[in-house]
Amino acid sequence: MMSNLTGAERGTAMIITGAGVLVGLAMAAVGHGDPMGTHGWIVLAFSALLFFFVGDKVYDPEPAEDRAASYYDDPTKVGIVIALAWAVVGMGMGVWVASQLAWPDLRFDAAWSSFGRIRPVHTSGVIFGFGGNALIATSFHIMQRTSRARMPDQVTPWFVLLGFNLFCIVAASGYLMGVTQSKEYAEPEWYADLWLVVVWVAYFVLYIRTLARRNEPHIYVANWYYLAFILVVAVLHIVNNLAVPASLTGAKSYSAFAGVQDAMTQWWYGHNAVAFFLTSGFLGMLYYFLPKRAKRPIYSYRLSILSFWGIVFFYIWAGSHHLHYTALPHWVQTLGMTFSVMLLVPSWASAGNALMTLNGAWHKVRDDATLRFMMVAAVFYGLSTFEGSFMAIRPVNGLSHYTDWTVGHVHAGAMGWVALISFGSIYALAPVLWRRETMYSWKAVEWHFWLALAGTVIYVFAMWNSGITQGLMWRTYTESGTLAYSFTDTLVAMHPYYIARAFGGLLFLIGACIGAWNVAMTIRRMPSETPELDYPTSSESREPAVPAAE
Amino acid sequence: MMKFIRTLLKPFAAFFEGHAKAHYRLERHSMGLTVGIIIAAGVGGFIEIAPLFTIDDTVEDAPDMRLYTPLEQAGRDIYIREGCYLCHSQMIRTLRDEVERYGPYSLAVESQYDHPMLWGSKRTGPDLARLGNKYSDDWHVRHLVNPRDLVPESVMPQYAFLLDEGLDTESLPDRLAALRAVGVPYTNEMIAEADSDAMGQAMPDTERSDGVFERYGDDTAVRSFDSRPGRLTEMDALVAYLQILGRLTDLPEQTQILPEE
Repeated sequence: MMSNLTGAERGTAMIITGAGVLVGLAMAAVGHGDPMGTHGWIVLAFSALLFFFVGDKVYDPEPAEDRAASYYDDPTKVGIVIALAWAVVGMGMGVWVASQLAWPDLRFDAAWSSFGRIRPVHTSGVIFGFGGNALIATSFHIMQRTSRARMPDQVTPWFVLLGFNLFCIVAASGYLMGVTQSKEYAEPEWYADLWLVVVWVAYFVLYIRTLARRNEPHIYVANWYYLAFILVVAVLHIVNNLAVPASLTGAKSYSAFAGVQDAMTQWWYGHNAVAFFLTSGFLGMLYYFLPKRAKRPIYSYRLSILSFWGIVFFYIWAGSHHLHYTALPHWVQTLGMTFSVMLLVPSWASAGNALMTLNGAWHKVRDDATLRFMMVAAVFYGLSTFEGSFMAIRPVNGLSHYTDWTVGHVHAGAMGWVALISFGSIYALAPVLWRRETMYSWKAVEWHFWLALAGTVIYVFAMWNSGITQGLMWRTYTESGTLAYSFTDTLVAMHPYYIARAFGGLLFLIGACIGAWNVAMTIRRMPSETPELDYPTSSESREPAVPAAE
Repeated sequence: MMKFIRTLLKPFAAFFEGHAKAHYRLERHSMGLTVGIIIAAGVGGFIEIAPLFTIDDTVEDAPDMRLYTPLEQAGRDIYIREGCYLCHSQMIRTLRDEVERYGPYSLAVESQYDHPMLWGSKRTGPDLARLGNKYSDDWHVRHLVNPRDLVPESVMPQYAFLLDEGLDTESLPDRLAALRAVGVPYTNEMIAEADSDAMGQAMPDTERSDGVFERYGDDTAVRSFDSRPGRLTEMDALVAYLQILGRLTDLPEQTQILPEE
């Protein structure tokens, strides 16, 4: 893999990883006795490993093939494998945290294994580890294909992919040591945040440079969404993580914002992490792999435009619906609620556009589990965006907020939409990337599909039940006008649902393990096959990169 | 009727037509798209967040609002470290059942000095916004050591190890200084003496504890929170923090008509 790098690129890679070793060493030295020191050793080990990996191949002969004649897929391949590894780890952690709520003694007695410390490992593991790597890997693939151009160089994609994973590792290991800013989905401390900014800028530059080399006059829909994902996540990340470290030799920092302003900034971030990380980027995946797999053009170009700008404009306003009935001024709550409801229009436009694309290909949905993953993902996208708009309405939120209903809603989106579209895309992509005819086992794909669907449905139903039950119990009065239930009464009522939820999660995890195994077997066991057309060409002479309307 | 609807929809149709045409030109320029996305996504955040800093009545005036002592702040940092906020909110909403269950609804001023805020998003356990003085120190210590000893149905993790962990007070001056940098009005003296004040708050009737009263007021709770006067532990800090929750200002009690008991 490294022998595809030119001599100069190998040199650059060694300089970067060498610098990583030095930074790690410095962090370990100044942060001695603080979690930052441990993070220093992790950075050092990570960089040293890569340094020797590149160094080992540094005197190999220069690559002979003409680089412009093919796409650069090595980082995509590694990204897909890493994404699957994170899926197993992150979902495994999910099953564990869920089980702790049903059986609290499952935390054993260590400090690192309490719910409060491993829950962010689960959320970051699946959102950033699995989702983030899947996004980065598929974006590398899609931006090259739809631009009919190879990436401009071979070091930046590795820097982006591996740099992002270093961030994920530092984040996850930090949570176990109690390093957290407490901001949900933005927990990592200041130095990890700074590092992510560097990685993200490189990602944006890489994306723009590839688009600049394109052999197509127009930029394809999927790329609009990936671009929105990269740009807006950068803005959100930088603003919400503004903080002052207590010292440069320690991990602890204090947020620049306090109280009500901090709450608004956090949920402006939090909800738009959902919008631009978990929606926009994955819509990019959907807009490429669904028409490709169904061999049908996107139903409506106009609808794509409407939903794209609708999502980009409306979503940003919606964050304050996390703060209904709180000390946040009423006008901000009302704005958030209004835009959340309006958001249903572009959301359903996207979901409808995807489903209408399948018109004429429903027999393929029946026969092909990979396409079915994408179809069901679009359905769950439609369902959870409807549910989201509904829950943003103030009185509904009065019932649902603080309960498991929210957790169920998030998982309808995260499992039903984000994970299913990712798995569908990975099954469509893996044979193309590794030049195989098909996946190793289509039966395993079927199994994965049904396990994932069953797991999601069980999970979501359990959380609907527990959330609505608990919300109602909290506000039930006796005939004499006193509260009918103590908080512990509601806890007892939750118990069966917590067991059901852990079981649903377990099914989903088993599905993910089967998926990881299937991809591994596809790489190792399937005979290789050269696809008919998968290299950069100018657009006039070739058929379109994605099926086009007549 | 159809004609009326058509007239009504005409401006929208014209807007979408123009929008689609504009987009058709824009999607040929990557930097144009970039700028378009940033503008479209920037508007909402700016309109919702910026005024919160400029409109005066966003945060109430509470003249009696006090700061966290170094020990309480250290406890707050432990609360964050252990992820307590993931299961406990600190925000009582303006709903009847919440006010009756937890106390007066939370005001913005109460978290004025909370960097970051810990309003929370999920109540796997009850709200803690007004937990202070609701239970004894001893109850808290025993509950943290093993929640199921006191509440058999509880699903909260055990935090017995907090009793054995000595509290790191050395870094407190730096921490308070960082908090001052983001807007908490700690004085130079408070920062310089943070280390000593943290110890003093858990050691009544010493010179150090006099300093705590001097700097943070006579109402400050000075006692050994974990009933082990000899040693300052993380348990001391966490319990000190839990006991101050909801008690930084009396404004909510003064301004709200409380439901009859």
